[in-house]
Order: sequence, then C-alpha cells, then structure tokens
Amino acid sequence: VNLDSLHLDCRGRRCPLPILELARHVTDVGVGGLIQVDADDPAAGPDIRAWCRMRDHEYVGASVAEDGTPRFTVRRRH
Amino acid sequence: VSAYLDSATAAPLHPVARQALLAALEDGWADPDRLYGASRRARILLDAAAESIAESIGARPDEVIFTSSGVAAVHAAVLGTLRGHARPGRPTRLVYSAVEHSAVLNAARAHSDDGGLTDAVEVDSLGRVAVEAFARAAAGADVAALQAANHEVGTTQPVAAVAAAIEPVPLIVDTSQTLATAPEGWSVLTADPRVWGAGPGIGLLVVRTGVRWSSPYPEDERRLPGVPNVPAAVAAAASLRAIRQSQADDERRMRGQIERIRAHVAATVPDVDVLGDPVERVPHLVTFSCLYVDGEAVLSALDRRGFAVSSGSSCMSSALEPSHVLVAMGALTSGNIRVSVNPATSDDEVSEFLGVLPGVIADVRAELGATGL
Repeated sequence: VNLDSLHLDCRGRRCPLPILELARHVTDVGVGGLIQVDADDPAAGPDIRAWCRMRDHEYVGASVAEDGTPRFTVRRRH
Repeated sequence: VSAYLDSATAAPLHPVARQALLAALEDGWADPDRLYGASRRARILLDAAAESIAESIGARPDEVIFTSSGVAAVHAAVLGTLRGHARPGRPTRLVYSAVEHSAVLNAARAHSDDGGLTDAVEVDSLGRVAVEAFARAAAGADVAALQAANHEVGTTQPVAAVAAAIEPVPLIVDTSQTLATAPEGWSVLTADPRVWGAGPGIGLLVVRTGVRWSSPYPEDERRLPGVPNVPAAVAAAASLRAIRQSQADDERRMRGQIERIRAHVAATVPDVDVLGDPVERVPHLVTFSCLYVDGEAVLSALDRRGFAVSSGSSCMSSALEPSHVLVAMGALTSGNIRVSVNPATSDDEVSEFLGVLPGVIADVRAELGATGL
C-alpha cells in the first residue's frame, strides 16, 4: 500500500545516511507523493537536492521543523 | 601496489627541487640583509630565485614576494590589495567567485568582520562563473578575486574576459592549479609551489607594478614581515623552471590519464557523478561523487591499499561542513573523491587505482546496506 506522504526523521544522522533513507523509502509513497526529511547534517540540504537531480525526483523545497531542524521535501516522480 | 594521487594538494618533491634545496640549505641559511659574506650569499640566492620565477611567469623580479605558504600568499593578496584601496569614511568591497579556495573565503570573512563589504558570485553546475554576472557584481567594487582553475573540480575560469570586463577593478588570480600561469589581465597573482613539487614552506605573491597593495600585517622593514625561506624559494624557482620545460608533454600525458579515469569511473561505478568541465579544465585532476557512500570510509579503504586521494565530503573538514565548491555547483557532497596526478605518475599506477576503486566503492556501499537502491 503506497502512502500519500511520508516523514523521515534523520536527526543526528550523518551524510550519506539521510539520502540513503530517502532512497530506501521513496517507493513507500505513490508517484506524486511527498516525502519530508528532517535532517541536521550540514550536507543534507545539498545532498538531497543532488539526489533528486541524479535520481530524477522533484526537490520541492526546504522549511524548518518545530524544533528548528531543517526539513526538506521531495516529490516522487516515477 | 600503491600510488600517490593527491598532487593537487602537494606533488612529491621534484628531483630538481630536492637538488636545489640541498644546495641552498648550505648557502642560504643566513639573513639576506646583513653586511657579511654569508648574508650576501643568501641575498644572491634569494634574488636569483625571484628573477627566475619572474621570468617563468612573465613578471618583473621586484614584483615577486615570497610568503610562507600558498594560503599565506592568498591572505596577503586579498587583505593587502583591499588595504591598498582603502579610503577614509568608506568601506571597501571585495568580489570573489563562490568556488575560490577557502583561503579567499576566510580572508573575505576577515574583511567583512572588519566592516568591509563582500560579494560572492555564483557558479554554474560545472563550477564556472559567468563573465557578465561577475562583471555586474564587480561594478564599483574595489578588489576582485578569481582563480585560474578550480582546485577541487579542475574547471578553468574565464580570467582574461573577466579581467577585461571589470577594468579598472584589480583582479587577484590564484594560479595554484595552473603552475603559476594566468592569462593577461591579472593585477595580483598567487601560487602554491607545493603543487609543482617544490616542497612546503613557500608561497608566491606577485603584485604588478602600479597596483596599490599594502601589507595587512604589522610594519616590517620588508614588504611582508620576516625573512623568507631562502632555500624553499630557490627550490620553488628551480622546480618551476624544470617543470615548465616539459610542460606540454607532461600535460598531454596527464590529460590522457585523467580522461581515462573519468571514463572508467563513469563506466564501472554505478550512481556516480563525475564533476567539473570535461574539456575546459586543468589536465591533472578529476573529482567524482558517489551516491550512498561515506567519503571517509572510501579514503581509509584506499589508504589501506596504498592509494592516497582526497575528498570534499564533510567528514573531511574539521567543522563537518561539506565543500563549499561542491555546494555552489549543486553537486553531491557525500562520497566525494578527488584524484590528482603529477608528471611522474605512471600509467600503471593509474591502472592499479582503477582496478581497486569499483570494489572499494561497492564494499563501502555494502557496509552501509546500500545495495539494490
């Protein structure tokens, strides 16, 4: 069963673990579904963007979780 | 089986540098500014080194200043040129590319902490600035800095066009990855002689006659404080001259080796991004980033097998920040590996490296559980 959206908590996890989590769980949502990744590693932002480009998914944007952790949103494209 | 593949940081000591260094240690230890024989011998060596370097790079001997390292040369270039352009009651503005060496970025931060203004010019995905964008940012600026080629991905910058477009703003050009060569138009040139095998302890700062530059350090009887490392200056001059003599052949061979690495990595390592301009680049280095790979684990695994390479991944910086160059290019920062050769690197060494690399990457991925993604 594919979800509409998914939330991944990657707080405290060093790169490349956040994009590894993303790769493992991208198919948990349906095509067009959103995945939010909360990640505080300084490399997470650039790496999630680069992962989207290399894997042809959509990088929707960055926001901030309630506790101030950077949050990145990705849309599954295929 | 082993190979040193981090020559963009420091090439092994060139045989000519070694010979010059040993000779100059005998004769160049004294203070070059005293009135006795040993001093005169040191002075002769230092002046000869400046003359030789000036000739190699197309400058005047009195434009050459020796510093303690390439980084120190960049700091003195940026802060000294800003100081030379200071006017009371008005902050000076520095413009630089977002992919300059961290020495430029750190000098820019020091300038900004002192109340100065700074602007970084963005780059494209190959790591190159656009001439028009740089010129727009530099309009009305006091000083600009643009590297001849990027130290992490090898992409060359449009230095001549930028220099012409921003006139009369003085342009500082770091030539550490181009063996102290830069197209016409530079006002201040810097270089790290370790890259041409001169050994550590020396940097090059060249200030064109007429360019306003003033030491940013406490006053000294010399242009920069302290006596230069005379033996290292002699070694830098001798090895630059030697490496220039075989430069065309060396570059052809190194370009071939790097092209081979680029093609082999792209063909044998899955989920890899080979970075930088494939054509308009320096001949001796290549960088690639691998998905689902910890850069530090790859470096350690390669080191255990006798291969020395470097990485722009965040695990390699003390602040755990990823390389600002890779971030500015929008490139993957994790799993980043930079491989750089020198004229003495053999094709066999390259083959051995390429033989182990795909397996090392696969092992690191397997350890992370990153298989079948």
